[in-house]
Amino acid sequence: MADTPENKPFEPVIIGFTCNWCSYRAADMAGTARMKYAPNVRLTRLMCSGRLDPTFVFKAFAGGADGVLVSGCHPGDCHYINQNYKAMRRFHLMKRVLVQMGIEPGRLKLLWASAAEGAIFAREINKFVEEVRALGPLHWNTNHGSQIADHVLLSVVNGQPSDEMEVKA
Amino acid sequence: MSKPKFAMYWAASCGGCEIAVLNIHEKILDVDANFEVVFWPVAMDAKYKDVEEMEDDSITLCLFNGGMRNDENEHVAKLLRRKSRIMVAFGSCACEGCIPGLGNFSNINQILDTAFTTNSTDNPQNLRPKTSYDVPEGTLTIPTMNPMLKTLDQVVDVDYYMPGCPPESHQIAAVVELVIAALQGTAQLPPKGATIGAGNSTVCDECTRKRNVKQIKEFTRIQFVTPDPEICLLEQGIPCNGIATRSGCNARCPSVGAQCIGCYGPAEGVVDYGARMISAFASVIDSEKPEEIDQILDGLVDPAGQFYRFNLAGSLLRGGRSNGS
Repeated sequence: MADTPENKPFEPVIIGFTCNWCSYRAADMAGTARMKYAPNVRLTRLMCSGRLDPTFVFKAFAGGADGVLVSGCHPGDCHYINQNYKAMRRFHLMKRVLVQMGIEPGRLKLLWASAAEGAIFAREINKFVEEVRALGPLHWNTNHGSQIADHVLLSVVNGQPSDEMEVKA
Repeated sequence: MSKPKFAMYWAASCGGCEIAVLNIHEKILDVDANFEVVFWPVAMDAKYKDVEEMEDDSITLCLFNGGMRNDENEHVAKLLRRKSRIMVAFGSCACEGCIPGLGNFSNINQILDTAFTTNSTDNPQNLRPKTSYDVPEGTLTIPTMNPMLKTLDQVVDVDYYMPGCPPESHQIAAVVELVIAALQGTAQLPPKGATIGAGNSTVCDECTRKRNVKQIKEFTRIQFVTPDPEICLLEQGIPCNGIATRSGCNARCPSVGAQCIGCYGPAEGVVDYGARMISAFASVIDSEKPEEIDQILDGLVDPAGQFYRFNLAGSLLRGGRSNGS
């Protein structure tokens, strides 16, 4: 994995999970309205925030993410009636476990955004990126030396977020 | 014709796996009838040197229990891997770290502090073990601890996994029978990497308690209540891990009123046991208000310990952050 070179500013890698019906549309809206927001977030679209298996979050952190964003429809607005409440409960429990693991609570964020809230989505992402930047790199893999292997690692090349994926032997 | 060779070793473990093997009762005679036991430190005298002198692949079956806590564990794991045709990660420690793996929440210094300075330890000079020590006759060495406990397959290639803390004796007997049958050509071994001596479902699937709709308003602890003998323990607010735990034990604990603690490890297809448990427990909490959810979750006193009691070293994060650089 290519680590951030010491002379380059730290660019956090954030994995974001959005739901198909609200928060992904909010991101879309931010895009079509040409709002600019920090490029540090890689969004993954799920059908619903209730689809978020905590495994995804653990895998993101284990694979080198500095922060994870979970977002969905506002409470009461879920396309699947009440699955975002399930996501909320998982978020609360997951956060407790991650804190026990030594991961700062600020590295995991829950964001409700409707399809009309492109501006809010962009603003909250900017805020989250700065919060994670202030926390510094998590570098879970390097914390454990060579002991984490076989996971797909997300890398930051030359201080710029990169889509390049590499598999560590 | 000489008999196929059998080895069993313990790394970082408690010895319960060896007792479980002896608990197969008269079947142990089948082991003796069909195998020549060449290396089994708990049962017979043998030196590492003897194993080193064996030809590669000369041991047919090696049951390896225990995690990789120090470099001696790793050395013997690599040695036995080289000498064995079938390497079985035997028991929870070798498969996923088990209780010794909980050490991964702490770093080595914290572990040594606990071992050498707590009230129960008489150590007025605050001594710590050194890994090498010079005496007039030469240098004495002891094994060096790994920063983290590793599972067997994080160090060597493993052919089969046999979960359980310890594996149930009837499962061990079944596996021994299978291997003997395979050696005689009357049965086939499962594909490499398979989990043997366990079911493919969950503990809940084997549990005979009645299940209704799970809606939890309050988590409690088993020592504070007398559970209803008929109804699902989780429905009664008792944190029972059966949901994500592999079947194979006939739901022994829940059937006598104790919650499943997850010793058979992740069920088929589960990548991260704790994550699956989080998913399951959070789903059945009966609240849609953040404050109330937090209040209900306060009932789970140690969620990471609850969800990773057996699986920490084998989980995606492999331990806590204090373990880092």
